[in-house]
Amino acid sequence: MNYETVIGLEVHSHLLTESKMFCSCSADYINAAPNTHVCPVCLGMPGVLPVINQQALEYTVMTALALNCTIPEYTKFDRKNYPYPDLMKGYQISQYDTPISIDGGMDIEVEGQQKRIAITRVHLEEDTAKLLHRHTPEGESYTLMDVNRSGVPLMEIVSEPDLRSPEEARQYLIKLRAILQFLGVSTGNMEDGSFRCDANISIRPLGRTDYAAKVEVKNMNSFRAVYRALEYEEKRQKEVLEAGGTIVQETRGWIEERGVTVSQRSKEYAHDYRYFPEPDLPPMAFSRTWVEELGAKLPELPDARRSRFTQQYGLPVYDASLLTTSKAMADYFEDCIGLTEGPNLEKRTKAVSNWLLGDFTRLLHSTVTDISDCKVTSKHLMEMLDLIEKGTLSGAAAKTVLEDMFSDGKRASEIIAEKGLTQISDEQKIVQVIDEVIAANEQAVADLKKGKERAKTFLVGQVMRLTKGRANASLVNELLKEKLEG
Amino acid sequence: MKLSREDVLHISTLCRMSMSNAELERFQEQISNILENFEILKEVDTTNVPPTAYPPPLENVIREDKVAPCLPQSDILANAPHQEEGYFRVKAVLD
Repeated sequence: MNYETVIGLEVHSHLLTESKMFCSCSADYINAAPNTHVCPVCLGMPGVLPVINQQALEYTVMTALALNCTIPEYTKFDRKNYPYPDLMKGYQISQYDTPISIDGGMDIEVEGQQKRIAITRVHLEEDTAKLLHRHTPEGESYTLMDVNRSGVPLMEIVSEPDLRSPEEARQYLIKLRAILQFLGVSTGNMEDGSFRCDANISIRPLGRTDYAAKVEVKNMNSFRAVYRALEYEEKRQKEVLEAGGTIVQETRGWIEERGVTVSQRSKEYAHDYRYFPEPDLPPMAFSRTWVEELGAKLPELPDARRSRFTQQYGLPVYDASLLTTSKAMADYFEDCIGLTEGPNLEKRTKAVSNWLLGDFTRLLHSTVTDISDCKVTSKHLMEMLDLIEKGTLSGAAAKTVLEDMFSDGKRASEIIAEKGLTQISDEQKIVQVIDEVIAANEQAVADLKKGKERAKTFLVGQVMRLTKGRANASLVNELLKEKLEG
Repeated sequence: MKLSREDVLHISTLCRMSMSNAELERFQEQISNILENFEILKEVDTTNVPPTAYPPPLENVIREDKVAPCLPQSDILANAPHQEEGYFRVKAVLD
């Protein structure tokens, strides 16, 4: 039987506020010593009064507007009762029936087509304390608790079950993260837990429109993990159904190292949260003027920036899409272009895009570096492209140069001088090397004379190898042709 | 509204409070009594009264996003029965 996959995502994102959601402790907890960003309010002492952080409200409304949501006039906080020690109060302040915003939508691209994913709600709540699991030397387990994270503003974005594959889920997350980064409300960092995703997934026979029992998958801390976990769960559910079984509605945790999801049965009572209105916080009424002002202040968002990149710089849609998946990359690109003058602007623009999306991105990934920490400044990258344009540096040698620029922050001209990587455009020198290559590769020469194009690529490659990538490649091609065919 | 014995058991589980049989019976009686009083309140005609989650005449009580000093770690941990390396130490929590 053919099945259809149905996925809905719940994203939790920290907000880039200075202070916590309901008290004035610093929200910058990541590198702080344990229990040093704590006060009686976020410690849940009796008799304290929480007060709402205005910046967190603004960031949430901005996000809601960017996701095309409606902002009701009235909103309030609720208590979600919860028995685990990571919330000292015994409840989390969250929002239940009157969230800050409802009924939005975001477009993602699926096989070249725009697809609208409905957003159910965007609401605000507080994060919990961090738990570390430990063992005594005797093997008894216990838990250590750091309250710094407790009370950090947490925005929850819930989608409708409109996603139909793990790839669509991945696209949704990439787009959503880009929007939050462009708005400047979140770092969007999944590895440190600032941007988290839980997924609801079910499968149903193709053609059905009702929803089958869904499984909630947790503990995924990268885009790749989300993709793999959903792919695994899709397959697992299909196998259960085809073996005549039924899917149990449950929560499953993704185990990255083993590449599987496992049932988490310990919270079976947890669904009885007994929400009620938070008596310590007066409700909120957002004036329409305030909401409109925030809407007018929204910065350029990824879709708008992408179309501007295609129109203003003449970039292909493919390049523009990739460059605008992260704000840092889009900014870096425009910094580079800002340093460019002269008649070659369009050619240079495409070259910058190629380098950024190619070797530059590869180096960022392989060294796990953020653009903001990258040692290659936009100015240094443009100097490298100038050297290529002037003929001082060959494209092949530039790859090596860029690697060195990445690892030690030196400028291209220094590396070229140190390593003797200046491009060889002296015809005599190139001819010498070509003669060596011809003498050593009789077979390839014979093949080329019979018209085998691959033999030519091989011979050019040998010349490049002997010159350590320094030979001017178009000159090598030309001279080789003259020698053997001329 | 009369609560069943199972309802009271469920509530005791949610509260993490164990109850003897005698207590279960007593609370079944008492909580049912409270709920019955709410049934009486529900007889009031509220057709023209909007839902009121928060009775005092207050709204938009918010603060600027400014950081103020926190308490020293030693004060935060002062009431903790068990601590270790600056952390609260508690019984194992299953995830």
